Amino acid sequence: MVDECTRKTLSNIPLLQTRAGPRDKELWVQRLKEEYQALIKYVQNNKESGSDWFRLESNKEGTRWFGKCWYMHNLLKYEFDIEFDIPVTYPTTAPEIALPELDGKTAKMYRGGKICLTDHFKPLWARNVPKFGIAHAMALGLAPWLAVEIPDLIEKGIITYKDK
Amino acid sequence: MSALDELQAKIAELKNELELQKSATRAARERIDKMSAEVVDSNPYSRLMALQRMGIVKEYERIREKTVAVVGIGGVGSVTADMLTRCGIGKLILFDYDKVELANMNRLFFTPDQAGLSKVEAAARTLSFINPDVRIETHNYNITTVESFDKFLNTISHGGIQPDTPVDLVLSCVDNFEARMAINTACNELGLNWFESGVSENAVSGHIQFIRPGETACFGCAPPLVVAENIDEKTLKREGVCAASLPTTMGITAGMLVQNTLKYLLNFGEVSDYLGYNAMNDFFPRMSLKPNTQCDDRHCQERQKEYQARPKVIAEECAVEDDTPLHETNEWGIELVDDSPPVAESTEASKEVATGLRLAYEAPEITTESVPTVAAAANVDLDDLFAQMKAL
Repeated sequence: MVDECTRKTLSNIPLLQTRAGPRDKELWVQRLKEEYQALIKYVQNNKESGSDWFRLESNKEGTRWFGKCWYMHNLLKYEFDIEFDIPVTYPTTAPEIALPELDGKTAKMYRGGKICLTDHFKPLWARNVPKFGIAHAMALGLAPWLAVEIPDLIEKGIITYKDK
Repeated sequence: MSALDELQAKIAELKNELELQKSATRAARERIDKMSAEVVDSNPYSRLMALQRMGIVKEYERIREKTVAVVGIGGVGSVTADMLTRCGIGKLILFDYDKVELANMNRLFFTPDQAGLSKVEAAARTLSFINPDVRIETHNYNITTVESFDKFLNTISHGGIQPDTPVDLVLSCVDNFEARMAINTACNELGLNWFESGVSENAVSGHIQFIRPGETACFGCAPPLVVAENIDEKTLKREGVCAASLPTTMGITAGMLVQNTLKYLLNFGEVSDYLGYNAMNDFFPRMSLKPNTQCDDRHCQERQKEYQARPKVIAEECAVEDDTPLHETNEWGIELVDDSPPVAESTEASKEVATGLRLAYEAPEITTESVPTVAAAANVDLDDLFAQMKAL
């Protein structure tokens, strides 16, 4: 279900404790702190292992997230904007990560550019509520999606390298 | 003839055409105050009112006092709204944030000329044309976001036909887990009854589930119950697509949903707690699910306590107990088989679901093991974390 490499990445991301969603006021603030701590740790791990691949930040309430992710292919860096809302039912349901600029370019996407996750992601998430957070959704959801979809889209000529 | 005259003639011609177009889209009939049972070709309700004469429904006209909220106006939701409109429901509240697309044309209800319109707007136009007696309200937003969820809560708790009353029933016709959980959260908080419905991503099964908070399992009590299709996952090709769909499966699911809605609203027949449909072998599994006393949703647990405290209505028993056997001998060895739907305790549901059903995945085990977690000390400042993240 999860390969050895992902398993290792995953085990180095701290787990979260607080079961709280954006409607839970103070408890949500606590959860948000945990989310940030886990994300910071994950990005630091990535930097150390030379596999830095995204940045994220949120609005003050922590309900809306945005940032960038990038993917290396044949020594070229392809960059995409990320955005998603934290649903009212979070963390029971995972955030639906979207790459709006790829909307309509691949069938592995729902409206608005929400990435289509594998059959395994949701059960895995459900079994790990409330321990998994945004960092885990990135590692288990977006990272494998990019690894499968981006090379394919480049090969088909649907996305091309933009020098920034 | 001068150019001016020509233009004026052209304008007159266009005005005429516009009038014709307008009269064609104007309501096909006037509103009707009271449902009539008179059997004439011009009465849109004669065949529905006939349900009374046949003794199926006691007072069909009560449907005009009922309000139903339909969340998700896609393949199942649009057909559901269409059926309820033709049945003369009092008020429909439609929720969806999506637009009609040509890719939706393999399903029923929407037409290609509606592509680009919001689903709720396109549906409202068609529905009020079909039956101008139905009051239709539309809401074009995503109910799972923080700001829209409050609007959703407010609408279903005050949207009834009588001012300041909740809707009579919420029908979930959405296509994702997040929206289902949002409806579940709302209905658990408000103590509103709702039906969940769904069609599988490979288009060959569907189901409906009646959720009465506190009385039957809520959507969060156990992993979702799905129809077992006996298709080997390894043979299921998912390359290049997220979901398949068929108008047939969606139509059948909408039919099961509205049939049970009518039975519930008009109090006839037996309302199914869970009804599945397997298109591969035309099998319809049916069962009941008890709530999970350990449910993660606090409001579900509160509703369960309230339900336990309420006196139960005992089903009327007319049969007189008789100890003597009905038949002295049983020459042919005829046996009675219990065919009442099985009831599962959802805490152990994985072992006890009815034949032909399974849980979408194994329920998480409740573990008390200590795992390394973030030491989110209270003294950490959120602004510092924002800054740290930015500085990376």
